[in-house]
Amino acid sequence: MRWLFLASACVCILAVAVICAFLFVNGMPFFTKYSVIEFLTGTTWAPLRNVFGILPMIVGSFYVTMGALLIGAPIGILTAILMARFANSTVVKVMKPAVALLAGIPSIVYGFFGLMLLVPLIRVNFGGTGKSVLVASILLSIMILPTIIQTSEAALGAVPNSYYEGSLALGATHESSVFRTILPAARPGIVSGVVLALGRAIGETTAIIMVAGNNARMPVDLLKGVRTLTVNVLMEMGYAADLHAQSLIATGVVLFVIIMAINFLFSFLNRRRVMQ
Amino acid sequence: MSVIIRNASSIPRPNRHWGSKLLKALCWLAGVITIGVLGLIVVYICVKGIPYLTGDLFAFKYNSENVSMFHAIVNTLSMTFLALLFSVPVGVFGGIYLAEYAKPGSRLVKVVRVTAETLAGIPSIIYGLFGMMAFVVALKMGNSLIAGALTLAIMTLPLILRQTEESLLSVPMSYREGSFGLGAGKLRTTVRIVLPVATPGILAAVLLSIGRIAGETAALVFTSGTVAQISDTLGTSGRTLAVHLFVLQQEGLHINQAFAVAVVLLVIVALMNALSFYIAKKLTKKG
Repeated sequence: MRWLFLASACVCILAVAVICAFLFVNGMPFFTKYSVIEFLTGTTWAPLRNVFGILPMIVGSFYVTMGALLIGAPIGILTAILMARFANSTVVKVMKPAVALLAGIPSIVYGFFGLMLLVPLIRVNFGGTGKSVLVASILLSIMILPTIIQTSEAALGAVPNSYYEGSLALGATHESSVFRTILPAARPGIVSGVVLALGRAIGETTAIIMVAGNNARMPVDLLKGVRTLTVNVLMEMGYAADLHAQSLIATGVVLFVIIMAINFLFSFLNRRRVMQ
Repeated sequence: MSVIIRNASSIPRPNRHWGSKLLKALCWLAGVITIGVLGLIVVYICVKGIPYLTGDLFAFKYNSENVSMFHAIVNTLSMTFLALLFSVPVGVFGGIYLAEYAKPGSRLVKVVRVTAETLAGIPSIIYGLFGMMAFVVALKMGNSLIAGALTLAIMTLPLILRQTEESLLSVPMSYREGSFGLGAGKLRTTVRIVLPVATPGILAAVLLSIGRIAGETAALVFTSGTVAQISDTLGTSGRTLAVHLFVLQQEGLHINQAFAVAVVLLVIVALMNALSFYIAKKLTKKG
């Protein structure tokens, strides 16, 4: 049995190795036919003319993710502070399952909600088609809220209470004790939670494809459509062939490398936190 | 144990700064936004979808008139069952090795933890791409139930593995010592004494995985495919509920029915969440 248990534990290692192998083996042939530099810095995506530039998608992913963090991080962190230090236990008892439910709602439902409610809302109030960087950012910010809240709350809860008591004893108010002593002490944990959320946001596909408009050109305006790396794969893989299909796998490779870099940053931050 | 003070207004404190009040107000505002957004999503989907949850939607055979989701429900069930059939044994066995057999802090444990974390961070579209290249094309499974299930099994593996490990590690050492003292071996102790105590924690992870499988789209579009039929064998393609919703909104012809599907998905996820919350709570009460 021992060996069966050992083999099962090694399945994770095997899975990561096989996923890497498949992605790189299937993605590399593209780069023998198409220059990496042109692929990464080209601003035109025209598969029919065999022109594959994914810079618009890289920038698109970046914009949408940054927008989501700008909206989601403050709300999430403040909510976590509320749950950890302000709200009474009845409120916390309601909020915990609510946040867990927010984490559990499938991205397809978020996307559908965004498509049916947020997109028309923006279209009516700001013009355009409504499918835009703005809606994608708002929707993503909702989707990353639970990640940020859960990690931040855990980090805030782990701060020794003596910090807070010491601050109170020096005459600070409850609020300034929380914001000036507990929050800075919990900062490393909160930062790694935000990095985790960043990874989630960059990888999100289904919800974004429904609300972002998916135009494969450089995003210029908050209210214009945008296409992310993830959407590029999901949209075109169904009918792509030959070089086009390979270019999509190569897009997946680029996305994978970005995610790996973020994961690495996350575990680096975590390790440093543990060492402290 | 010290008590966390959540509202220090009972402590007399002269000239409270207005900034303090502002910070407090901001926290409450953020909390209200969080809960409000959840409420808005749930209420909006339910109000728009529940009136269309008619008998037609659950008709046995799908056609473009009744837009039945019966096939999608059956596919979701078989997909969930199959994916868990792979990921639960592997995840639980692997967790047992990490918690009970491996030397704590050994290199293998570290590597498995890092790879599990990596797997958990990979976005579903990459899983979809991988599943398509590995199972559909390389292993010649075609767009099929089994290709989708294998992809989702890998996707849910890290959650089950890590949760099993953590649940096992939280079982007090004295249980094992007692069992050893009575003459039981390593395996018997693990399976008969430690594992049952850790079961609620593992079950909570399984329930969350069910929610994830039911809601997954991007990983399934290219693996199990989008055909509107019941996959009656492992080799046939068929769409799950989430994929069904994805296709309906793309076609744009049956938006009301799409809302109804969204309601069903929400109910499944809420149910799984509530169950796992209940079990986890029972667990902490016992401990």
